[in-house]
Amino acid sequence: MIPRGKEAAALALHRFGFGPALGAAWGGNSIAAIASDPRGALLADLERPKAGTVFAELPSSAQAARLVSDFHAEEQAKKKLAQRAQKEAESVDQPRGGAEPAKMMPAALPPGAKPPANKEQPLPQRLLQEEAAARIDAAVNADIGFVERLVWFWSNHFCVSADKDNAMVGAYEREAIRPHALGHFGDMLAAVESHPAMLFYLDNVQSMGADSIAGINRDKGLNENLAREILELHTLGVRAGYSQTDVTSFANVLTGWTWVDPAQPEHGGKFLFNKRLHEPGEQNVLGKRYAESGVEQGRAVLADLAQHPATAQHIAQKLARHFIADEPPPPLVGKLAKTFRETGGQLREVAKALVAADESWTPERRKLKPPAEWMIGVMRLADALPTGTSVIDLRPAGTEWRTIARVLNFQAVLGQALWRPPAPNGHADTEAAWIDGVPRRLDVANQFAGQARPEADPLDLLDRSLGPLASTDTRQTVARAESRPQAFALLVMAPEYLRR
Amino acid sequence: MSYPHASSRREFLLSSGTLFAWGFLPKLAHAEARDPRFLTIVLRGALDGLATVAPIGDPDWIALRGDNALTLEGKTPALRLTDFFALNPAMPNLHRMFQKNEAIVVHACATPYRERSHFDGQDLLESGLPKPGPSDSGWLNRALATLAPGGRVDPKGSLKVLGVGPTPPLIVLGPAHVLSWSPQGIMPAGDDTTMRLLELYRHSDAKLAGTLEEHVRLLAMERAGAMAQKPGGPGPGQARTYFAEAAGAAAKFLAQPDGPRVGALGLDGWDTHNNEGIANGHLSQLLGALDGALDAIQSNLGLAWRETVVAVVTEFGRTAHINGTEGTDHGTATLALLVGGALKGGRVIADWPGLKSSDLYENRDLKPTTDLRAVLKGLLKDHLRADERMLADNVFPGSAGIKPMAGLVG
Repeated sequence: MIPRGKEAAALALHRFGFGPALGAAWGGNSIAAIASDPRGALLADLERPKAGTVFAELPSSAQAARLVSDFHAEEQAKKKLAQRAQKEAESVDQPRGGAEPAKMMPAALPPGAKPPANKEQPLPQRLLQEEAAARIDAAVNADIGFVERLVWFWSNHFCVSADKDNAMVGAYEREAIRPHALGHFGDMLAAVESHPAMLFYLDNVQSMGADSIAGINRDKGLNENLAREILELHTLGVRAGYSQTDVTSFANVLTGWTWVDPAQPEHGGKFLFNKRLHEPGEQNVLGKRYAESGVEQGRAVLADLAQHPATAQHIAQKLARHFIADEPPPPLVGKLAKTFRETGGQLREVAKALVAADESWTPERRKLKPPAEWMIGVMRLADALPTGTSVIDLRPAGTEWRTIARVLNFQAVLGQALWRPPAPNGHADTEAAWIDGVPRRLDVANQFAGQARPEADPLDLLDRSLGPLASTDTRQTVARAESRPQAFALLVMAPEYLRR
Repeated sequence: MSYPHASSRREFLLSSGTLFAWGFLPKLAHAEARDPRFLTIVLRGALDGLATVAPIGDPDWIALRGDNALTLEGKTPALRLTDFFALNPAMPNLHRMFQKNEAIVVHACATPYRERSHFDGQDLLESGLPKPGPSDSGWLNRALATLAPGGRVDPKGSLKVLGVGPTPPLIVLGPAHVLSWSPQGIMPAGDDTTMRLLELYRHSDAKLAGTLEEHVRLLAMERAGAMAQKPGGPGPGQARTYFAEAAGAAAKFLAQPDGPRVGALGLDGWDTHNNEGIANGHLSQLLGALDGALDAIQSNLGLAWRETVVAVVTEFGRTAHINGTEGTDHGTATLALLVGGALKGGRVIADWPGLKSSDLYENRDLKPTTDLRAVLKGLLKDHLRADERMLADNVFPGSAGIKPMAGLVG
C-alpha cells in the first residue's frame, strides 16, 4: 500500500530531502504544502533553474590552490627568518659559561615582525569554512533539498579529502559535481577524473609511463591508484570483471593527466595534460583497443566506462541504497539501472525514475539517516527566532567559536567530518556504520534544542516535522517533556525522525 | 532556494547559550553610587519546593510525605533555617549564605499560572504575561527597556542582553540586544532526557534501544569508576560540572567593570516524576549541583557579590503528596530562592497555607499565597530602580494589583 497525502508528503521530505523546514516558502508547513502531490513536488525540485548551484563568491580550485601555496610559502619564510634571528641572538648572547635558555624565547620573533594575530584563522581553514558555509546554507535553506541530497550523494561517491589537500575540496564539489548532478554521468566522470583535486588525491599527478620521456629520464613509472579506483569505486564496481592488466593499461592511459604546480603564479592548480609523462602507444582496456591520442585516449576510456552496463548497475545500487534502504529492493535497482542505460546516464532521468518507482515509497522507514544529513534536518527545524529580537554573537569572528566551525565540529564528532572521508570509497552509507553514534547525536540534539525557539508548541512542531509519521508513543513522549528544549531533542531523536 | 537571511539563521542557531545579560548600568541605581547586578536562574521542569525547603514545623508535614519528609533528625538531617523551615542537606552553600543574611526563601509562591503544562508554565514564568499564549519577549528584557532613557533601547549602545549556555530563555528575548556566550564543547544530554528517549525506543525500535542501553550502561560504569576514585564526591558529575560552569561564567561576565549587569540562565532537569530521591538520589544531586552553581557565582563575582541579587525561579511546584512511583507530579506553589550580598537575607518569607487536605490547592498541591511577580517586581524596583508603573504595565502587564514586595534588598 503506497502512502498518500500527508504521509507521502512527510516521507518525500525525509526520504528525498533534508526533512521538513519551517521556512516562509511553505507557509511554515511543508508537509501540508506538498500533500496534494508529493511526487510532483520532488520532480519540480529537479526542474528548478540553476538547481544544484550555490550562490557564493568563492575562488576557483586553481585560485584556491595558489592562495594556499602562497600562504605556506610565506609561513615558511617567516619561520626561516625567525630561525635566523634566533641564531644571531644566540651567537651574540652566548656567554662563555653556556647558553641561557630563557633568553632564547623572546628572540624567536624577527625584529619588526608583528606577533601573529591569533583571532584570525589561517587562510586554508578560512577558505574551507567559507566553502563549508556555502554548502551547509544551501542544504539548510533548500525548499526540499532533493537536488542537494543528490549533490551530497555524488560528492561522496566521487570523494576527495581535505586531509590530503584542503585547498580545493570545496571548489572541487562546485566545479566537478554540482554542474552535472542533474546532467550526464559521463560529463561528471570526465570533470571529476580530470580535476586537479582528484588527480592529486588519487596520486595521478606523479604517475608517468615507464616509456614516457620523463619516465625514461627519471627512471620512474606508473601509479595505478586513480585507474584502479575509477574502475572499482567510480564506475564498474568491485569484481565487475576487470583484471589487473586492465588496471595497468588504464593507468598507462591516464599518465600525463596532472596539474600545474600550485606554486606557479599564473596557471598553478589547473589541469594539465603533460605529454612528457604520457605512456606512448595503444592500450587495451576491457578488451577494447584505444589508439594513442594523448589526452583523448583517457577521455575515450572514461566515456566507455560511463556507458558500461556494470556502471549502470553499480550506480543504481548505490543510489537505491542511499535513498531507500541498506538492502534496496532489487526491482528498484533494476529500474534505475535500466533508466541509466537507456538514457545514456542522464542523471535527472535517473532521479525521476527513483521518484516514480513504487518501491521508493514503502511506508516502512528502513534507512537510518547519516549524521550530517540528520543534522541539517535538525537545523532546518530549529529555525524560528521570535521576530523583533536582535541577537549579536559575542564570539569574535575567526575564533574557534565561529558558528560554522561548530557545525563542522558536530559533524566530525558524529563521525562524518565534512570532506574528510576515511578512504576513497567515501563515508559509509549503511546503518551498521552509524548506529553506534546515535547516543552522541542526542548530545548534539541537546545543543540545538537549547537554541531552538519554536514559537509554536512542541506538538505543533511534531505535526509540522513528522505529521502522520509520528507514533502515539512519540507524540506522548514529546508532549510529556519537561521543557520545550527537551521536547525538541526528543522529537529529532525519535525513531521516526532518525529513520526515513 | 536561497533566502536573504540564509546565513544569519545558521549563525543564530549556534550562537546562543544560557547566560543572558545586559551590559549597562541601571541609571537611577547608578546615580546612588550603586552598581547593582541581577541574575535570574530559571529551573525548567518544575522544582519540588517542599523537598527543597521543608516545613518541618508544620504538624502535618511528616504525615504528608512520610519517609520522604525531610527532618532535622533524619538519616540525612536537613539544615535548619528557622524554627519552621529546614533546607535540603544537599545545599550547604545556600545554608551558609542564609546564615550570613545573604539568602531569602520565598515559600508557597507561584506565578499566576494555574494549569499544569510545562510549556505554558515556562512561557508564563518567562514572558511575564498574566495568561499563557505566544510571546516574543520576556519580562527581564522588557524591564531593561524601561530602565533605558525614555524607555527605549539604544540599538547600538550599551543595552545588551547576554546569554550563556545551551538554553536561551524567553525571559531575555525582546527589544534589547541579546549577547550570547556558550560554554565550549558539547554538554551531554541529561540523564532525564536520555531515559525518556530510551523508554520511547523500547516501545518502538529495538535496535535503537539496544544502542542507547549500551551507552547508558557504559556511562554508569564510567561514573562508578569516577566515584571510586573520588570517595565522598556525590556525583551527578555532568550536571554538577555544567551548572557550575554556566553559572560561574555568567558571574564572571557580571563581575567585569564594563561587563553586563543583568542576565539570565536556564538550568534544566527538575521534572522528578519517578524516584525523586529527595534526600539521597536524583533531586538531591540536582540540588547539590544548583548549590555548587550558587557557590561558583559568589566566588566568581568577587567584590561585586555585595551588589548582587540572584533570583532562582521555576514554572510551578509539584504535588504535595508523593505519587505511586516515589516521585511527584506537576503541582502549583513552590518556592523562589534569592541569594546575593545585596539582600536583607536570613529570612523565609511565607504566608504559610498549611498542609491539611483542605489547605491544599485542589486537594493536591501546595496552595500559592504569594505571587511570584510581587517578589520579582520588588527586586526590580528596589535593586535596579525600575519604575513601578512601568513594572505594572510593561514588564508584568496587568499586574497593577500585585504590589512589589518591599524590603528584600538594602
